[in-house]
Amino acid sequence: MPIEIKLPAMSPTMEEGTLAKWLVAEGDEVNPGDLLAEIETDKATMELEADEGGTVAKLLVEAGSENIAVGTLIAVIAREDEDAGDVDIPADGGDPPASSETQQSSATPDVEAEQPKAGEEPASLSVEPEVPEGTEMVRMTVREALRDAMAEEMRADGKVFVIGEEVAEYQGAYKVTQGLLDEFGDKRVIDTPITEYGFAGVATGAAMGGLKPVCEFMTFNFAMQAIDHIVNSAGKTLYMSGGQMRCPIVFRGPNGAAARVGAQHSQNYGPWYASVPGLIVVSPYDAASAKGLLRAAIQSPDPVVFLENELLYGQSFDVPKLDDWVLPIGKAKVVREGADVTLVSYSIGVGVALDAAKELESDGIDAEVIDLRTLRPLDRETVLASLKKTNRLVAVEEGWPTCSISSEIQAICMEDGFDYLDAPVLRVTNVDVPLPYAENLEKAALLKLDEVVTAAKKVCYKN
Amino acid sequence: MAAKKAANAKDTGGKGEESPSRVRITEARDGIDQVPMPSRHEPSQEELTELYRRMLMIRRFEEKAGQLYGMGLIGGFCHLYIGQEAVVTGVQAAMTDADSVIGGYRVHGHMLACGISPKDVMSELTGRAAGISKGKGGSMHMFSTEHKFYGGHGIVGAPVPLGAGLAFSHKYQEDGGVAVIYFGDGAANQGQVYEAFNMAELWKLPALFIIENNQYAMGTSVNRASAEDQLYRRGESFRIEGMQVNGMDVLDVQGAAETALDWVRGGNGPVLVEYMTYRYRGHSMSDPAKYRSRDEVQDVRTKRDPIEAAKAELMKMGTDEDSLKAIEKEIREQVNEAADFAEQTPEPDLKELYTDVLVGSYG
Repeated sequence: MPIEIKLPAMSPTMEEGTLAKWLVAEGDEVNPGDLLAEIETDKATMELEADEGGTVAKLLVEAGSENIAVGTLIAVIAREDEDAGDVDIPADGGDPPASSETQQSSATPDVEAEQPKAGEEPASLSVEPEVPEGTEMVRMTVREALRDAMAEEMRADGKVFVIGEEVAEYQGAYKVTQGLLDEFGDKRVIDTPITEYGFAGVATGAAMGGLKPVCEFMTFNFAMQAIDHIVNSAGKTLYMSGGQMRCPIVFRGPNGAAARVGAQHSQNYGPWYASVPGLIVVSPYDAASAKGLLRAAIQSPDPVVFLENELLYGQSFDVPKLDDWVLPIGKAKVVREGADVTLVSYSIGVGVALDAAKELESDGIDAEVIDLRTLRPLDRETVLASLKKTNRLVAVEEGWPTCSISSEIQAICMEDGFDYLDAPVLRVTNVDVPLPYAENLEKAALLKLDEVVTAAKKVCYKN
Repeated sequence: MAAKKAANAKDTGGKGEESPSRVRITEARDGIDQVPMPSRHEPSQEELTELYRRMLMIRRFEEKAGQLYGMGLIGGFCHLYIGQEAVVTGVQAAMTDADSVIGGYRVHGHMLACGISPKDVMSELTGRAAGISKGKGGSMHMFSTEHKFYGGHGIVGAPVPLGAGLAFSHKYQEDGGVAVIYFGDGAANQGQVYEAFNMAELWKLPALFIIENNQYAMGTSVNRASAEDQLYRRGESFRIEGMQVNGMDVLDVQGAAETALDWVRGGNGPVLVEYMTYRYRGHSMSDPAKYRSRDEVQDVRTKRDPIEAAKAELMKMGTDEDSLKAIEKEIREQVNEAADFAEQTPEPDLKELYTDVLVGSYG
């Protein structure tokens, strides 16, 4: 069978071209790589090469022809063992092929109808564990709770290891990994050079190779140098591999503003990571959530971004003394019940919301407070159930207002809770500026308790 | 300065008529064990026939992919490996089953070399359900955990730390494997490559770093982009031993890979091998190729083609033309079959849009 030369698409968008010039004539011998013709596209003039050798049997399009559709047969080359004077020219020679449309249409899918049910894979934990009556509660800091979570998972699974800057000998820049080196040794608790992009990539590759890394960033501000591996390498590989390649990794570290460290060290990345399908994003407030959710994150077969908060590390909370204290990812928690208005927050904002609820109580307003705990997937149901009860909602966030978790909460309420609303949903956030250093300016820029109280009163129409 | 660089370019044998010096290694330095000088692999006739067959399969597969792209059956970006076949073929021949592979966006050849079926790759290129990524990855994003092929990554440089991570996991699990990490002369200028080099040597990871120097990062030649254009020396400040090897001869490639893999497997830490190779086609399908002359391309093609060289060597060993023709025919049939399959097999079910985002279900 002779070699058919069709007008090729020379870019992803090319649909037709001009055959500017033939560089061979009928009867010419060509070798692989020889030029056959010059083709003009809308962007450039390109040269068409022969893949295989032979004798040019027929040129089917005249030089100078314009608007030739991609796929049109333009020449026929006889192979070595064929007679160039006697090749078959296919009957449909001049026509472009049926376009590449195939059996299935590419119509926009019906999102509602096509949503799959729960995956076949591990029925991930979806139920809040019960705390039986009489369970001993242990008072511990968020820092200790996180350390215990890592230690418990490392004892249970030899594939779990901790990697990051100063996690081993220094015992953690914020002492979260204190004691881990002593218990697990330097094979499993690994100090890295200061090289975020590199070690995030190494940890991600190790997860692809079958291990379960806990990759600590000294703060998430520095993870911006590594965000390509978090988003492109860890977050997308399962999808791009059609479900073959897993990446069970936890990226963890402090996130958000600390105290007086200025703009480059004070940023909340919750909304950034929560916008990425393929990632799980967790951001706990108290020690019990921190412990139970970090254990769940390490057990998860998926990549998890685990956002802690430096100012919370030293705060103490009650944690149930239970061996299997593992909390469900993707479930918010009502941390204070109320009837008049819902305050929705996460991380350090939950403390502000709880304080606001106390103040509101003295004004006769009974506020419900929701700790989202997981930012992706976001627990819409718990938010909407609360809105249905209180009919008023304020989103509270230590972070910028634009494209934030708060704006996502507002969107959810508009889309699915409109009929429940008795007032517009408000958001109270940081001021929309880089965080300043001066004490008074910093205070003015961060989330403020009185603004939460004011917003709650406003949606209750009690000013 | 310019003159010095031009001289460098000449004697590394990338371009033009100069034949490459076949191998060089980084100079001996105090306190650093020097990697041994590799020698060309000496194959049996049977071995060389197999190497020839594998290179030819990659060439014909890629030509066919180029044709399907031209017909609109392959979309987006499509980076062909034509001209570079000897590199992956020779390296793969030196590897064991315990080793893993990771590469960038020009990896169709690497996948075939790993033993992945041409049908699985071609139907991914056409975006079909039968593709190795169920049609969700495309040319640059293919994986096969079964064949220890870890992608297929579209971000230039990213496979280098990821590959160091694979090496970390080989060492952690003590499975005896080496991570073979391919990247190009363009990627060699990314910062993360050097972050990975540092950790790989610091932790003595079993990693074989391979630079496929095809002379052009898209349209920018090595000399226009690299202050140190002898890329095999790029590991020196991390105490990583380097080799520069003719990448247009599959037996030179294999010999160097054997030496390097022995060294790495012996617990000496990583080695960096720069293979001097050449791509005949554009960077991608939409490359007008104005940055190099046609003579330069044709010169390499006619004088240094790795497949023609293997063929000539086989004939010297006594293989007759008929058996070579039979191999050619057999490969053409396999490639045509893969292409026909890839054209006809259905696109993914629309339900696949939502699957494989996460493994678990939450909330």
